[in-house]
Amino acid sequence: MSPKTLYDKIWDAHVVQEDEDGTCLLYIDRHLVHEVTSPQAFEGLRMAGRGVRAPDKTIAVPDHNVPTTEGREDPAQMTEDSRIQVAALDKNAKEFGIHYYPVDDVRQGIVHIVGPEQGWTLPGMTVVCGDSHTATHGAFGALAHGIGTSEVEHVLATQTLIQKKSKNMKVEITGKLRPGVTAKDITLSVIGKTGTAGGTGYVIEYCGEAIRDLSMEGRMTVCNMAIEGGARAGLIAPDEKTFEYIKGRPHAPKGAQWEQAMEWWKTLYSDDDAHWDKVVTIKGEDIAPVVTWGTSPEDVLPITDVVPDPESFSGGKVDAARRALDYMGLTPGQKLTDIKVDAVFIGSCTNGRIEDLRAVADVVKGKHVAEGVRAMIVPGSGLVRAQAEEEGLAEIFQEAGFEWRLAGCSMCLAMNPDQLAPEERCASTSNRNFEGRQGYKGRTHLMSPAMAAAAAVTGHLTDVRELA
Amino acid sequence: MEKFEKLSGIAAPLPLVNIDTDMIIPKQFLKTIKRSGLGVNLFDEMRYDREGNENPDFVLNKPAYREAQILVAGDNFGCGSSREHAPWALADFGIKAVISTSFADIFFNNCFKNGILPIVMPQEVVDVLMKDAEKGANARMEIDLEAQTVTTSDGETFSFEVDPFKKHCLLNGLDDIGLTMEKVGAIDTFEAKASAARPWV
Ligand code: SF4
Repeated sequence: MSPKTLYDKIWDAHVVQEDEDGTCLLYIDRHLVHEVTSPQAFEGLRMAGRGVRAPDKTIAVPDHNVPTTEGREDPAQMTEDSRIQVAALDKNAKEFGIHYYPVDDVRQGIVHIVGPEQGWTLPGMTVVCGDSHTATHGAFGALAHGIGTSEVEHVLATQTLIQKKSKNMKVEITGKLRPGVTAKDITLSVIGKTGTAGGTGYVIEYCGEAIRDLSMEGRMTVCNMAIEGGARAGLIAPDEKTFEYIKGRPHAPKGAQWEQAMEWWKTLYSDDDAHWDKVVTIKGEDIAPVVTWGTSPEDVLPITDVVPDPESFSGGKVDAARRALDYMGLTPGQKLTDIKVDAVFIGSCTNGRIEDLRAVADVVKGKHVAEGVRAMIVPGSGLVRAQAEEEGLAEIFQEAGFEWRLAGCSMCLAMNPDQLAPEERCASTSNRNFEGRQGYKGRTHLMSPAMAAAAAVTGHLTDVRELA
Repeated sequence: MEKFEKLSGIAAPLPLVNIDTDMIIPKQFLKTIKRSGLGVNLFDEMRYDREGNENPDFVLNKPAYREAQILVAGDNFGCGSSREHAPWALADFGIKAVISTSFADIFFNNCFKNGILPIVMPQEVVDVLMKDAEKGANARMEIDLEAQTVTTSDGETFSFEVDPFKKHCLLNGLDDIGLTMEKVGAIDTFEAKASAARPWV
């Protein structure tokens, strides 16, 4: 048998049919659904008189639109349009008989946090969702990627997708990370190195000692941003940590089925002599705590650096950088640590898990949010929130002057009431710093939870390692 | 879906790199539960000011390009979110083809589902086409999907690659759900086999 990558193995196990030109019909094991990209798909089914082929493999949760303030059951908190979208998901979930976590369920949260938390996401699966950050689930060694609404409809109707295989790319992070460096710094640094189109056409497998050393939460952070690097999906081979995380979750296999699953899961790794179409290697010790300075996730620099000069780039990037600095209100040569922030957002499917909140608590304990800074912490799910309260983290946050919110996407994309005002500057743990992403003319700097926490207490971008 | 065969239309130049789907259609317009009507908000934040007045400098607001059917854009077009609202907005505006050196994966796939042809060309060719697009309304670019060619207003012709299956669907206006439904037997067989091998799924 010829050697295979992890991606090859999962792919091969899911091909229903292959055409001569390599176009495949791929079987989908889990289909996650949220309120923004699904209404037109369900409407399409209805119009064609089709049903959902595998309702027990389809899981829905509203997250993008929902307000994250107390009392959000009150419809007055949502705009008319948002209410209609959430109500449409309620109705579609009921009518088509799919699994559903409504807004008032403690298990509700961001779809990419809920899936793993409930044990829906398992190694070796194919997972799709009408959302680009579906890549998150790759942390379990599942082939997971985002799809458009037409494809959502296609999966609902047929439980398959029409796909062509991507190429294999290996991103290896060797050795150990230095203190203060986190999973977020790894994933941002990789994009900084390869660019936002560097992964286009590939599925990335992250490997190496620094990746092995990460917790499952950290691995999800890394895979989450595979899409920002242009890749179709990110993958990490499952290991003991993965199995430990999954065991006992509500929808994880139990008893004899667990044993049977483990037998297969343990074969899910890339063979030693497997073929890679592209390899990127980064030394763990070379990665610093980083922030973004521009309006593309590839605009990454170590926090110790200065705002770059657009002329230092080449090609179309010169104009793009000029435009970005103008938008961000920054001058070349300015020290990154001199950039003042108005807001701090901690949350999102990149960094809304318990470990992220613990990292924030470590930094802010006994300190206070700087004067004039609005800082909010939005847990990724109701269960993360409950756990943070149990561990006493919520108290630390509130004493430090953070707003402590209910679960949802919140200011990651500002489709709900949480938004930046024009020209407001935000230190954010989310994944996109595009123009207008967090609110019209809002300015976003991406970073790790610890770095965002440090910015909250000092009022400017800060090297968390220097914070006493 | 509408068929795509040949197109002769005005091409608008958009020389920015990394045009993301938030720029193509900002999130406040994702709250619709319909597919239509998004064209007025295409490139909203570049096209209008806060009060909703047109920005006269934006290419699609210029008289020469208001009827544009083709976009020529910088590298990595359509990156970011998976929102199909981006191709819906392009299609609703009247855009039928986008030419760039590269496209983000999900956006690229979404285009084909909505009758839009994304064309990948090398940088030198995009540069020539960008120049041609800058000529405005008098210059019509021609795209022939069957022959896989783009022809400038000066008659210079360039070939492009396209996936044969996607080409077939676009040429014939085929809906892939219908096509897949015809393979239901194969899906049933696979499902039975897979659930015996991996009963926990
Ligand atoms: S948290 Fe942000 S990136 Fe994640 S699903 Fe929600 S909107 Fe998308």
